Amino acid sequence: MIAELGLFLMSLALALALVQVVFPTVGLVTKQALWLGYARPAAQAQFACLLGAFLALVHAFLTNDFSLAYVAQNSNSALPWMYRMSAVWGAHEGSILLWATILAGWTFAVSLRVHRLPADVGAVVLAVMGAVSVAFLLFVLFTSNPFARGLPSPSDGADLNPLLQDPGLIIHPPMLYMGYVGFSVPFAFAVAALVCGRLTPGWARWARPWTLTAWTFLTVGIALGSWWAYYELGWGGWWFWDPVENASFMPWLMGTALIHSLSVTDKRGTFKSWTVLLAIGAFSLSLLGTFLVRSGVLTSVHAFATDPARGVFVLSILGVAVGGSLLLYAWRGPKVLSGGTYSTVSRETFLLANSLLLTVSTATILLGTLYPLLVDALGLGKISVGPPYFNLVFGLLMAPLAIALGLGQFSRWREDQLPRLWRGARYSAGAALIVGLVIGILVDGPQRLTAAAGLTLAGWILFTTAMGIRERLIGRASLSAALGALPRAFYGQCLAHTGFALAIIGVCLTTALSTEQHARMAPGDAVSLGAYEFRFETLNQFQGPNYQASEARFTVWHNGQQVDELHPQKRIYTVRNQPMTEAGISPGLSGDLYVSLGEPLDGQAWSVRVSFKAWVRLVWLGALLMAGGGVLALRDRRYQSATSAAASDAALAQG
Amino acid sequence: MRFLVPIAIFVVLVVVLAVGLKLDPRYVPSPLINKDAPTFTLETLADPNTTLTKQDLLGRPVLINVWASWCSACRVEHPVLLSMAQNDKVEIIGLNYKDTREAGSELLQAHGNPYRQVLFDPQGKLGLDLGVYGVPETFVLDAKGVIRFKQVGPITPEAWRDQIKPLLAKLAASPAP
Repeated sequence: MIAELGLFLMSLALALALVQVVFPTVGLVTKQALWLGYARPAAQAQFACLLGAFLALVHAFLTNDFSLAYVAQNSNSALPWMYRMSAVWGAHEGSILLWATILAGWTFAVSLRVHRLPADVGAVVLAVMGAVSVAFLLFVLFTSNPFARGLPSPSDGADLNPLLQDPGLIIHPPMLYMGYVGFSVPFAFAVAALVCGRLTPGWARWARPWTLTAWTFLTVGIALGSWWAYYELGWGGWWFWDPVENASFMPWLMGTALIHSLSVTDKRGTFKSWTVLLAIGAFSLSLLGTFLVRSGVLTSVHAFATDPARGVFVLSILGVAVGGSLLLYAWRGPKVLSGGTYSTVSRETFLLANSLLLTVSTATILLGTLYPLLVDALGLGKISVGPPYFNLVFGLLMAPLAIALGLGQFSRWREDQLPRLWRGARYSAGAALIVGLVIGILVDGPQRLTAAAGLTLAGWILFTTAMGIRERLIGRASLSAALGALPRAFYGQCLAHTGFALAIIGVCLTTALSTEQHARMAPGDAVSLGAYEFRFETLNQFQGPNYQASEARFTVWHNGQQVDELHPQKRIYTVRNQPMTEAGISPGLSGDLYVSLGEPLDGQAWSVRVSFKAWVRLVWLGALLMAGGGVLALRDRRYQSATSAAASDAALAQG
Repeated sequence: MRFLVPIAIFVVLVVVLAVGLKLDPRYVPSPLINKDAPTFTLETLADPNTTLTKQDLLGRPVLINVWASWCSACRVEHPVLLSMAQNDKVEIIGLNYKDTREAGSELLQAHGNPYRQVLFDPQGKLGLDLGVYGVPETFVLDAKGVIRFKQVGPITPEAWRDQIKPLLAKLAASPAP
């Protein structure tokens, strides 16, 4: 019964989403303010319906209702309850419902604040988000209904994919979707600006916190995904350049460009057309990611059940949404989007350079991801593009990005002088080069050059960040008062840039310094890795809730002292008869001790991999600092006063 | 004019995606299905002094799995192969493709070896003869050495259950030459 209620609520939500699109459109065409107003209540009711539908699906999972085909395929009565929860979004149907629900949630949040916008802009924003919602609800209802009953219903379910039975995976997809879907807000704003024919600085100030929030979620989501791959896949890698990873990374890069470009539009009134294009681009790439993951056009380690009908559907959504908005951009852009001047040497230039570099990076990743498809479509055969391409191209693009980032941090708006920049930059550049040299001398091995170059760039970012802070404090009488007076957004910027530098350091050092050894080991054996000795002490069998596990106990010794104890496991998930590796990891800032069990060999012996993952935590710590920077910037007073800015725009528009 | 550039790029993208949608990345029209597998003489991965030829694969159905240590999709496929080898006693012959001896052996040592034998093909010669487009790919050969099936991309538990396992059962039931 509850499942049917869920289906009904989903259909009702579709009807409400249609209201949310049609009424404001009619209102806009016939210039009737009353009709514009219907968008808000419709959006709020739509969210209530979808939340209800989503909870109905959660209920079906928690109560083990295996008469639903989707529940039967992705859950099992022995599955612990928290994984039954996360199984809701463990496969296509449920995750697309989550997508739609989160979209409705964002729409709801926008609808609560939309009265601060000019009536027509607000109505168009809600109508655009409603249109996206209509498309996705049609998609769910016609191709991917999670509430479909399966006949005959099985007595127990086929279990959730063991790879997904992990705490990190409970929150990874919702975080990622919050980010993906959140980019629909700046997208709707961009379309609204084009439709209404005006783009004021107030518009940018309004769009900024939404974009920043979405970007922060996406940052956390991607970091979680990478962390999960590291410990759960048992291969110790943290990024594979897999098509699905790329699908999340591309909107992130575009979103990064967008938050920077928006800040320029907000503060200086320039870059309007670029900002609008990036806003369209970030959401387009989110949609493209959805398409790539769910259509089955590319083979990936993240195999969603694929179906050509779904691919056609998502491609149509993509075509209409992106094609439509880009046509609008081509048509209205030249009239709406102009204004602002700046000189060649100025902070604007460096920010523009970085926006371009981020866009080019996105394009190269898109090319690498789609190249196999392109070659296939042209009938030239089938190929795959691997990490060497991505590492090289992406790495090369990061160098100028880091340089421009540093220069942007302490250059002035509108106009600056090269001699002044040079005076400011020379100490940072010198110090960064020394750091790089030292690393180049200390680090040995094939990655020496990469590590030295990476650390030079990271040092440059850190030193120029410090210079930027110094610049703001120079000549102030009281240091503490001056520090307190700096806007939170500035602190957010410094924190995020520090995080970026740390991530670069982490990536370079873990690549250059990690060590690894494979060995055949039985209880009692020991293997040494650098200064550490790993001893295989005992092996136990035990029964988990829905798996059988072999757990090894390893002790780690350093200079004759026991420093750690690790418990790697090999699990066999009984329902699917699928083996899984749970690595034994002891985290540390300067490196993780990592043991994973391979396969059982003869007797009690196992193939074992022991590794030292140098500085790998910095990669995720960097990402978390970037997200923290986002949160800090969101708390800036600027956005609290956004009300007045938007209100003055509104007065301007109506007056 | 510059405002038209994005839409132009996007149209090209959509065309590629639309064409791509019609193509199944897992389906490669192999002209070799129901043809004799190419003959070969290759060293094994474990020992440069041991060579295997096509003759060694005749007399019973076998799987040839093309893999490499540099291939991330192979890592996902790996546990499935191990389970097939252990639980279903399938004879899988590995074809280590465009790889180095060290990297390939190390991987098998660390993560388990599902293969009865591994052919070492650093230049991808046999791969070329088999029409390998990317790794992983898997071929099912019957007892006479005729290619009966080709899986492009990793063998999923479903592909194993629904396609390969029934095929092997059918091949095993038919009398050997």
